[in-house]
Amino acid sequence: MSMAAEERSARAPWALTAPALMLFVGVLLIPLAMTVMLSFHDWGQYKGIEPVFILKNWHEIATDPYYAEMFWRTFRIAILTTFLTALLGAPEAYILNRMSGRWKSFFLLVILGPLLISVVARTLGWALLFGGNNGLVNKLLMSLGTIRSPIPFMFTETGMVVALAHVMMPFMVLSVWAALQRLDPQIENAAMSLGAGPVTIIRRIIMPQIMPGVLSGAIIVFSLSASAFATPAIIGGRRLKVAATLAYDEFLNTLNWPLGAAVATLLLVALVLIVVGSNALIERRYAEVFR
Amino acid sequence: MRRNGPLALIFHTIFVIVMVAPILVVCLVAFTPEGFLSLPTNGFSLRWFRTILNYPEFIHAFWVSLGLGALSSFVSLLFAVPAALAIARYRFRGRDALAALFLSPLMIPHVVLGIAFLRFFTSAGLGGSFAALIIAHVIIVFPFALRLTLAAATGMDRTVEMAAVSLGAGGWTLFRRVTLPLILPGVISGWALAFIQSFDDLTMTVFLAAPGTETLPVRMFLYIQDNIDPLVTSVSACVIAITMTALILLDRFYGLDRVLAGKGDTGR
Repeated sequence: MSMAAEERSARAPWALTAPALMLFVGVLLIPLAMTVMLSFHDWGQYKGIEPVFILKNWHEIATDPYYAEMFWRTFRIAILTTFLTALLGAPEAYILNRMSGRWKSFFLLVILGPLLISVVARTLGWALLFGGNNGLVNKLLMSLGTIRSPIPFMFTETGMVVALAHVMMPFMVLSVWAALQRLDPQIENAAMSLGAGPVTIIRRIIMPQIMPGVLSGAIIVFSLSASAFATPAIIGGRRLKVAATLAYDEFLNTLNWPLGAAVATLLLVALVLIVVGSNALIERRYAEVFR
Repeated sequence: MRRNGPLALIFHTIFVIVMVAPILVVCLVAFTPEGFLSLPTNGFSLRWFRTILNYPEFIHAFWVSLGLGALSSFVSLLFAVPAALAIARYRFRGRDALAALFLSPLMIPHVVLGIAFLRFFTSAGLGGSFAALIIAHVIIVFPFALRLTLAAATGMDRTVEMAAVSLGAGGWTLFRRVTLPLILPGVISGWALAFIQSFDDLTMTVFLAAPGTETLPVRMFLYIQDNIDPLVTSVSACVIAITMTALILLDRFYGLDRVLAGKGDTGR
């Protein structure tokens, strides 16, 4: 290759990515940096935002137990949602994977399809199903004799976890599904021919192999649940706040932007640390699977 | 491989019913003939679909969503296609970092993006404008546009291109006549997936939309905050129908499993 051509091929990838790179620096990185800076600004009911550098908002978040409680609620809901999706989504992915061709792709479409349907519509569905004390869910559970008195779902954490688990379930099924595709069905047959029962096969053969899928699904579900907005806002109502709905309130109702920016920055930093940290842990633990 | 036992099939049936129930109940309630929320036990009625026509704000929001989705997906492809070609074909320093940056909107919570864009566009004097919505949506749908284009560009047969070059094609002609037609299925699917993402986004858009630029999900959300009545179920039913149509088309032309595989990938 001639010198000029070599130089051109070294410059080509940068020329091709330059527009997108400029777009991302200009309208993603700069706004994010501005948000972090905003969290250090002052705010008053009458004076508005004052561009000074103070730690007032961060101090308020660190000392006022309201914020600790709110963040703890956010992460509690996210953890419970993650457990629920793993508990139900992993077996479902396994069952799906053992179905025959046509049924498999049909049910895969039914379960993954909701991923693309508006979260507002899906959450509205749960609000209708919960609907006060004589909603359909409570009627069904009572007629089955599972519960004696109706469980309050609307405006409670229970309702939020159920609806969020439904919204996030496709991510878990998809993630475990992907892990199952790498699994060699012959191993299962080999275990069976050596006399292993179904429980042993699931515990000793299947579980260890799909665990990376469950864990990476858990990371996705956790980070999306912890920052979810629509479902907590509709099911939780105006009082039961999580990080995203609180930030929304500070920005569009109270108009205390610097405080809202601090809540959002803390949420972002916490999530990035948790996601990057657990990714690294999983990859080290299951290095051979990711090869 | 062993077949599923009866217990597994019972679990599967309940699982599928629970997954479908909330979506089904919205669509059923939308057909109620009553003036309040109820399942249509006394026959089906379209009255709540007709009622939508008396609410111009929903109709307007629908057009905003449609225009925003179509335009922002198209603009994001203008940036994503060259970037995808570069990432698929060249090994250069900073390639992984660039790919991670381009996929990062998947990892950043949309509430944070909404706040960042609100702050940015308000300072730029574009607060609440349609232009601001377009730019913000270009960023959030970019990873989807990039990923599907990237998959097409990586799997492309390069020999056809080499043949075209040997016949004297180059630059723009090569791209327009050879490369683009080859990656077109990926590009169109990327557009469709990006459109759905833009059409459905609430969390980020709710920060940016002002009266006049409210999208359909934002309008629905603000309506639900005040009261839940059959009107919002009929609007939701329309949204579900539109998404389902896009979904079925996507499945026919590209395969939904391919579109969704790795959708939740957090930019690793």
